[in-house]
Amino acid sequence: MSVTTAPTGGISLQGNRLPRFAPYVVVVGAVALGALVTMLLGLSWVAAPVLAVIVVDIALPLWSRLVEGRRAAANRGVTCLVWTALGCTLVPLVWVLAEVVIKGAPGINAHLLTHDGTPYFDPKTLVTTAGGGAFHALVGTLMVTLCAVIISVPVGLMTAVYLVEYARGSWLARGVTLMVDVMTGIPSIVAGLFAVALFTLADPSLRMGIMGSVALSLLMIPTVVRSAEEMMRLVPNDLREAAYALGVPKWRTVLKVVLRTSLGGIITGVMLAVSRVIGETAPLLVAIGSIDETNWNPFSGRMETLPVFIMDNYTQGATTPDGYKWAWSGALLLIAIVMVLNLIARIIGKIFAPKTGR
Amino acid sequence: MSTIEPQTVPEGPPTPSDETPESQPVTGWGDRIFSSAAFGAGLLILLVLAAVFVFLAVQGAPGTHQAASVYGPYATNFWSYAGKLLFGTALAAVLAMLIAVPFALGLALFISHYAPRRLAVPVAYVIDLLAAVPSVVFGLWGGRALTHASLPVQHWLNQHLGWFPLFGGTPSSTGHTVFIAAVVLSIMVIPITTAIAREVFQQTPKLLEEAALGLGATRWEMIKYAVLPHSRSGVVAGAMLGLGRALGETMAVAMVLNGNPLVSIRILTTDSPATIASNIANEYKNEDPHMQSVLIATGLVLFVFTFLVNFAARTIVTRAERRLA
Repeated sequence: MSVTTAPTGGISLQGNRLPRFAPYVVVVGAVALGALVTMLLGLSWVAAPVLAVIVVDIALPLWSRLVEGRRAAANRGVTCLVWTALGCTLVPLVWVLAEVVIKGAPGINAHLLTHDGTPYFDPKTLVTTAGGGAFHALVGTLMVTLCAVIISVPVGLMTAVYLVEYARGSWLARGVTLMVDVMTGIPSIVAGLFAVALFTLADPSLRMGIMGSVALSLLMIPTVVRSAEEMMRLVPNDLREAAYALGVPKWRTVLKVVLRTSLGGIITGVMLAVSRVIGETAPLLVAIGSIDETNWNPFSGRMETLPVFIMDNYTQGATTPDGYKWAWSGALLLIAIVMVLNLIARIIGKIFAPKTGR
Repeated sequence: MSTIEPQTVPEGPPTPSDETPESQPVTGWGDRIFSSAAFGAGLLILLVLAAVFVFLAVQGAPGTHQAASVYGPYATNFWSYAGKLLFGTALAAVLAMLIAVPFALGLALFISHYAPRRLAVPVAYVIDLLAAVPSVVFGLWGGRALTHASLPVQHWLNQHLGWFPLFGGTPSSTGHTVFIAAVVLSIMVIPITTAIAREVFQQTPKLLEEAALGLGATRWEMIKYAVLPHSRSGVVAGAMLGLGRALGETMAVAMVLNGNPLVSIRILTTDSPATIASNIANEYKNEDPHMQSVLIATGLVLFVFTFLVNFAARTIVTRAERRLA
């Protein structure tokens, strides 16, 4: 860093710096350049932002190198790259959401929400259309996910109770903690294969909704355990001791004091777990298969679920006229459900959040 | 839960509060039932994981010695079949990690050190949103939108970088290639790796950072000499957890690729190696019992493989935590 002499004759301890507005100048210049080049060469509009980003990433460090020196140039270069990483990651998110809304919204109507996939005779137009409803998929998703919640919440909660209240660092507790961590990483399709392998020992062609629920609860349990454990560890020990001092047995203390106190957080965790598994496709594809009729009974026969509905319509999209449209509409429904569950979970989390300070 | 119900409902006094006198020790029968239910739930988790292994092994065992025609036309026996699929799985996952890790690190640094305070929380939230999008939606987007839109890029890569083995060969005209599958996978991996990297970056002691800045380091030098060495093992673990996800991800690959069990590193051509998971999803519909046992056996291979990767990642994380504590 060179030390410049200030005009007054005193010594300035600052090196040369780019003006504060330098990054903005470069960004505006790069956008203009990108737009200009794109127009002159007749490239697609996508090229303009890409060019602009590349120009910024090169020009700003270069300018800085000439004025400020090597170290400052490296600093500015990394800053540029970090912002570029942010921009590049937002592109697919925005693109996916926009694509799903634009292509899915036209297909969302009363017919889609109230009819199943069986051929449908319209009394007004006297035309029989092939399916076009997602009602059976909504029913299936509801029943399968509900059963998964019924299986995984008690198991997950009791495991968390064991880890927090009873284990005290025993070998089982360490094993369970490790296995819960490992379970988080089980590929979802392996969970589906497990459900199949478990239920089809006697009859290889058996398929029913509860098999999917077992697969999903395998994926849900670790999330429930982790969040419930975290919440129960936040409950102050004073509360437990106060309950013991009043002669309350341990199990009632856990039920009425610890679980009651951490209820909000636990509900949030369960909702987030549900929103995670409700979009799982692979295990349901393998364990339940798909069907065109509405089936409310998870203990008999195949069921359709929303993710599998999307997958089916996607694979048959080339042969059925409206296949892709239904797939996009199903995707929009699924994303809406997931987002609403996420939002509710966060609102509940906010409401029940432990009050800090006073 | 089934562990409690048979015990609570049958014989036993009407209500616990009536029956437990104050003089009794607090380990009444209610306590014993409750603690054994909790113990049972913990035990159940271990049993379930063991059961996954056992049931897949029992049902998959016949799949390792089927007639050669079952494995055809790309393989003749189970081990070459599974080996080729394992190659495809590793190829897609490694490519996805090569794309995802730089972006994830950049994002994590942005959230932990670069973002203006008002931006950091919303950005972290948006990245979590990326993790909430179901994989089937990513698959649909990848198969219907990204493949078409990326065709010029794929052809450009093939024309100008075709000398590099990965980009060589005749490019696919539909765009349904391993390249796109890897891109979609990397988008699904980024939130996982970012979340862990961000957390370890934020755990760097403030004193170290301020000392570096106080000695005249620029922000990048501070990160290079204080933050990165401190969080190296955490970053490695985050990347490996992401790798676990990429190895097991099914729908994104199955919907983008029309893969077969073959070995090819030309990622822009139509010779697409299938991954274990996508192969199961695509072949399972055929409901051929011979094939199903083969698929279950490959599922077991995938389970063991991801188990090892995740196990290694967790061990690194725990060791790093212990060192920090």
